[in-house]
Amino acid sequence: MFKILRKEELSDLVILFEIETGDIARKARAGNFFVLKINEQGERIPLTIADFDRDRGTITTVFQKMGKTTHHLGTLNEGDYIMDVIGPLGIHSHIDNFGKVICVGGGVGIAPTFPIARALKEAGNTVISIIGARTKELIFWEDKMRAASDELIIVTDDGSYGQKAVVTSPLDNLLRENQDISLVYAIGPAIMMKFVCVTTEKYNAKTVVSLNSIMVDATGMCGACRVEVGGETRFACVDGPEFDGHKVDFNLLMSRQRMYTEEEKVAMELYREKSGNN
Amino acid sequence: MYEEKKAEKKPEHRLKMREQEPLARAKNFMEVPYGYTPEEAKKEASRCLSCLKPSCRSGCPVSVDIPSFIKLINEGRFIEAAWKIKEDNAMPAVCGRVCPQEIQCESLCILGKKGEPVAIGNLERFVADYERDNAVMEVPEKPKPTGRKVAVIGSGPGGLSCAADLIKSGHEVTLFEALHKAGGVLVYGIPEFRLPKEIVEKEVDYIRRLGVDVVVNTLIGKLFTIDELLTDKGYDACFIATGAGLPVFLGIPGENLNGIYSANEFLTRANLMKAYLFPEYDTPIKRGRNVAVFGGGNVAMDAARVALRLGAEKVYLIYRRSEAEMPARKAEIHHAHEEGIDFMLLTNPLRFIDDGKGNIAAVECIQMELGEPDASGRRKPVPVKGSEFSFEIDVAIPAIGTRPNPLLTRHVPGLLLNKKGYIVTDYETGMTSNPGVFAGGDIITGSATVILAMGAGRRAAKSINDYLKWKYWDTTQLQGSG
Repeated sequence: MFKILRKEELSDLVILFEIETGDIARKARAGNFFVLKINEQGERIPLTIADFDRDRGTITTVFQKMGKTTHHLGTLNEGDYIMDVIGPLGIHSHIDNFGKVICVGGGVGIAPTFPIARALKEAGNTVISIIGARTKELIFWEDKMRAASDELIIVTDDGSYGQKAVVTSPLDNLLRENQDISLVYAIGPAIMMKFVCVTTEKYNAKTVVSLNSIMVDATGMCGACRVEVGGETRFACVDGPEFDGHKVDFNLLMSRQRMYTEEEKVAMELYREKSGNN
Repeated sequence: MYEEKKAEKKPEHRLKMREQEPLARAKNFMEVPYGYTPEEAKKEASRCLSCLKPSCRSGCPVSVDIPSFIKLINEGRFIEAAWKIKEDNAMPAVCGRVCPQEIQCESLCILGKKGEPVAIGNLERFVADYERDNAVMEVPEKPKPTGRKVAVIGSGPGGLSCAADLIKSGHEVTLFEALHKAGGVLVYGIPEFRLPKEIVEKEVDYIRRLGVDVVVNTLIGKLFTIDELLTDKGYDACFIATGAGLPVFLGIPGENLNGIYSANEFLTRANLMKAYLFPEYDTPIKRGRNVAVFGGGNVAMDAARVALRLGAEKVYLIYRRSEAEMPARKAEIHHAHEEGIDFMLLTNPLRFIDDGKGNIAAVECIQMELGEPDASGRRKPVPVKGSEFSFEIDVAIPAIGTRPNPLLTRHVPGLLLNKKGYIVTDYETGMTSNPGVFAGGDIITGSATVILAMGAGRRAAKSINDYLKWKYWDTTQLQGSG
């Protein structure tokens, strides 16, 4: 059992948990993720590790309420327990002094972008970050991202905060004005990562993306998370989750993410009925 | 006495276990056979000749004292019979169900030479079930502690049997499991109707009561490396029993369409995550109407029979050789036939066809014929020109094996692997190239059976004992791929 030490409602939909995990926190590195299962009947879902505190033995995760499991998770409070937590999973980010880098975080993808930006900055890189969301209230961690970056650009789709734009527009400007960008990191919805890659490809800027495919065991055993990278089938859980974005088949990723749309609807309806939460 | 014995005629035929009717059971997840009644067990046990040199025993990978436990059944001493098996095998309820007895103990039974061998597996299952239902499972007295600590990695059959033996030798034993439930393939792979999960839970509970510390949700290689276990964590030795690894796909176009599952995924969703109870349980699974399973092993049979129980109208089992070459147990093939699985033999898939929305809609196959024997000694299937055909399916399940999972091994510097990536060990001792590190089961051999993994676990436990006593390590003769 793993205790939720802190809960922050970053918006109506976006929740932050700091979870007591002991050794997982001591081993977690930027780019890792973990899997949790709420209770006996629960499904295993992968979530990103947005921060870790080795002394307190905690990891921080930020998730958006989407389907039944994340809605249920969002009802848990400080002091509640999650039945199963396993991690750290996935190959952590390769951090080095690359020179000048851009970190793009979209939506809840802002959260896992943070430890990567921080590690890149600590390694001596000049870090320019772009964070974006649909609207102002979905932007979070502006202060943390600002501290981890040399420059921070904020965009919202509706212009309610920062520039009225999607992340690719300031990204395009940056790449045009800076010939010396050695690496772009992009984490967010698949559609965002896809268009970040379309943009960076024009400038031949190496781009790393973190793929959020459906997983079950997340230790290589089942292959639910398979993605195509450079025409080859890879497992996001053990071969990733980070891949060369220019080689990723994003359309396949998006299609596979939709595999259980119908079942998700059924589960959500049943959950709403049971919890009387319309 | 002599007179009496002469009068008592031994039954000629072995007693079949009563089972659920095929059409009824194809719609539920309850166990297929009901098991013997005490009377039936005694009757079957009475067929045993109590050979002076019992060859059945030599056919058992863990050398269970078969004639002795059968004799105890014959005398009605069922619980003692269970203990007798447990001297050599910590999990008789599991092995009685999933061991391929027909190619092991039972294949060597003298009665089998002329007629039918004693149903050793059924009897093993009976006594284990009898003990579970009628007695408190006795835990042997705790041995004197040796002060040594051993880490066992992976709680499948290999890890469980190794841990059980080590704890009986007085060592402190931690059994690490990556998933949230202990049991490995016994919980994620083998379906409920072949091996009820309650039985596995009881067996794991027994191992716990022996004193083994079972730690779930712990992925060795990521959370702690083997080196950390042997240094910081103070373990004197470790046994790697992480089992079969990454599923192999068919390598044909369309294999990543929605609705295509590895057998591992399909079975894990159904068994471990109880997706057949969705939406009461949260894990979903595609309940196909027309399901195609590819492969001819036990895992393929399991996947096909699970698909049927999930409500499929039609389940095709597609295999490129003929039924005679199928590696699955005969009993499983028989059950699959009975339940109405459609065997499409000498058939090979060429590509999956989509519905334009990312889902699988059909599969194109080609007919095969058997040619010359190949490296495995089986006749090699070759395609029949122009025999391509396709048909509609909405779920496809390749069950064609696994390759090693690199997750643990890539974090063990210097560990000798073979060309395919399996760990190289000394067969008898389980020693790897790294002192203090033993390994056994599917991570050495590739996909095999529960009992072979248990055998490897027991051999390793024995040599771990020797190692902890003498600290002697010589594996210079091991050869990997460099």
